[in-house]
Amino acid sequence: MPLLKGDRFIKDSWIRIDGDADLPFTGDILVPFARLLQNWGEIARHPGLVGVVFPNSERAEALQSFLSRLSLIVLPFPAFTDGRAYSIGRQLRDLGFAGELRAAGNVLPDQLQFMLQVGFDAFEVPDRFPESVWQKAARSMSVSYQPVPGARNVWLARHGELGGDRDDQDPWFEQPHAG
Amino acid sequence: MYRYDEFDHRFVAERTAQFREQALRRLSGELSEDEFRPLRLMNGLYLQLHAYMLRIAIPYGTLSSRQLDRLADIAERHDRGYGHFTTRQNIQFNWIKLEDTADILESLAAVEMHAIQTSGNCIRNVTTDHWAGAAADELADPRPVAELLRQWSSLNPEFSYLPRKFKIAVTGAPNDRAAVKVHDIGLRMHLDASGARGWEVIVGGGQGRTPAVGIIVRDFLPERQLLPYLEAIMRVYNLHGRRDNKYKARIKILVMELGEKRFREEVEAEFARIIHPTAEVDGKELERISAYFAPPSFETLPKISGAFEQAKLDNAAFAKWARVNLAAHRVDGYGIVNISLKPPGGIPGDATAEQMRVVADLARRYSFDEVRVSHHQNLVLPHVKRDDVFTVWKVLEANGLATANLGLAGDIIACPGLDYCTLATARSIPVAQAISRRFADLERQHEIGPLKINISGCINACGHHHVGHIGILGLDKKGEEFYQITLGGSSSESASIGNILGPGFAGHEVADAIDTIIKTYLGLRHDGETFLDAYRRLGPKPFKEALYAAPQR
Repeated sequence: MPLLKGDRFIKDSWIRIDGDADLPFTGDILVPFARLLQNWGEIARHPGLVGVVFPNSERAEALQSFLSRLSLIVLPFPAFTDGRAYSIGRQLRDLGFAGELRAAGNVLPDQLQFMLQVGFDAFEVPDRFPESVWQKAARSMSVSYQPVPGARNVWLARHGELGGDRDDQDPWFEQPHAG
Repeated sequence: MYRYDEFDHRFVAERTAQFREQALRRLSGELSEDEFRPLRLMNGLYLQLHAYMLRIAIPYGTLSSRQLDRLADIAERHDRGYGHFTTRQNIQFNWIKLEDTADILESLAAVEMHAIQTSGNCIRNVTTDHWAGAAADELADPRPVAELLRQWSSLNPEFSYLPRKFKIAVTGAPNDRAAVKVHDIGLRMHLDASGARGWEVIVGGGQGRTPAVGIIVRDFLPERQLLPYLEAIMRVYNLHGRRDNKYKARIKILVMELGEKRFREEVEAEFARIIHPTAEVDGKELERISAYFAPPSFETLPKISGAFEQAKLDNAAFAKWARVNLAAHRVDGYGIVNISLKPPGGIPGDATAEQMRVVADLARRYSFDEVRVSHHQNLVLPHVKRDDVFTVWKVLEANGLATANLGLAGDIIACPGLDYCTLATARSIPVAQAISRRFADLERQHEIGPLKINISGCINACGHHHVGHIGILGLDKKGEEFYQITLGGSSSESASIGNILGPGFAGHEVADAIDTIIKTYLGLRHDGETFLDAYRRLGPKPFKEALYAAPQR
């Protein structure tokens, strides 16, 4: 499964820790949220970067105290119609999370732009679409009534505020990067 | 009226191009029906029993003559010469080909219309008072706020995959003609002591299988806080609304399950921490939009029109029509002309292309180019000089559009029912037609007085049966259609959900049953008492007795 980031498929170098498996001595680790709660002391001391897979049934506030130590948060979309992670993503960004926010699960080109717009900047995507499809999908609408990255905001533009001239803004622009 | 600027045009054009490509991918087989479904639904395209149905948004029910003419063109070119105005102030075309849809959307875009979010689990077309900007009792025109909400909700990335569809209604008048208490969010305008505007925020009303009158979460929300507050409500719903059962997924269920107090606490907590990104420009944008809704250049006219009064004396049919179909305007010398799309035996809400053109032309000549669609499935010419009303009526009459039954027994709301709809469990249209024929005598309708009969062909309640003074719900019992009757519903400012009267009736018995209910009311009413008031005083007992004790049952 490719990892899409900044218009390209890149290599996913994170080491997934399933269930109770031991933590490796080095490398960047991605742990389930339950494990984070269970073994925070050990995880916090890990020499590499730390990421978490955070289910959409949890409240964003539950991650608040961990945020400064986290470089990656993976939010799964169990189905593309399950839109909870859009709100959780927004909330995490509003809480100041500046690391990688990754969408996983049922991620499809037709929802990519919405995901970028609420603050996701990495995507675990299915094999069947080439890069070009994703590149196009990231730019399907060039204007938005919401102030979002990658599209010209209608209201700000109308009233001469910030965002008025960023016509062909990069949809991946302004997204903070992990590590 | 609102006009698109370059940005609105670009937004709709890009969306249309995107849909054209999606439709092509579907036609070529690249997209499966399952993958295409959510995409077409977000663009108002449903697959019905016999064909695709396209539901076109008429934001807050306001149309220009040019737009109505365009709808007439679409009816002729792509449908069977007519369209169906809906209970959400939209229009549906029931016989659409998938191959045509992108062209239709393009021709709509040219007149500043679209079908975005007329379906799907997103924020739907925002509805309002069909007399907005004209009604005598109005505090202020609610349409600028409705337009602000239209833009704010359009392809809102956070709120496009909600647990279920989401409907917002707005009113600027104390007499609620927009049914705001039975919407997911209802907004009522109020003024404080200094004259500043604020909004009463009502959440969790709705119909469907679990009808509910919404709860008030804020009595008076200052207008500048409106969008962040709505965002807080939407976010609480998006995060915590049920997704395990689509029949329990509307916000009303969340309100019921959390309870009023906890729901309010959740919203207030979210509101306190929400970062609303357009805070600095919301006010400017609302101001910009409001300029489009400045009142048209009304003439200074005497309150009483001699020509109008004389015409009433000379023509009894006109006088009768004017008594119910003409409403008081806020400006002296003007009236609000209501065009009933409910002729005896007709299909509620249907209009032919020719009729649309007639109304468009009248709007151009006599109503500052404006037409409204009401959620009662009628049309409105909001600003007609009283001096011109008789001339307008003659044109309406010549085109089968002058039925004098607004708000009376024949002014029935009905969903398309099993004649078109895949969800329906029974037909609604033939039942509406039978009742309409039964009460065809206008004399009798006028004697009965204000009455709302609403019919739904299934429990989803698109025909608003829960809030009909008389509600009729079509169900399926072992392959037979039967109809449950409820009494005492209302969608007004004193909203209530109707009570089921007793066992249901077969289709051919419904008109008789309604007749019996009406006769019972006529026998028991006090002087000047409406059906609803009489029911509220009497309760169901006399009606039950009359219906179920009769020897034939």
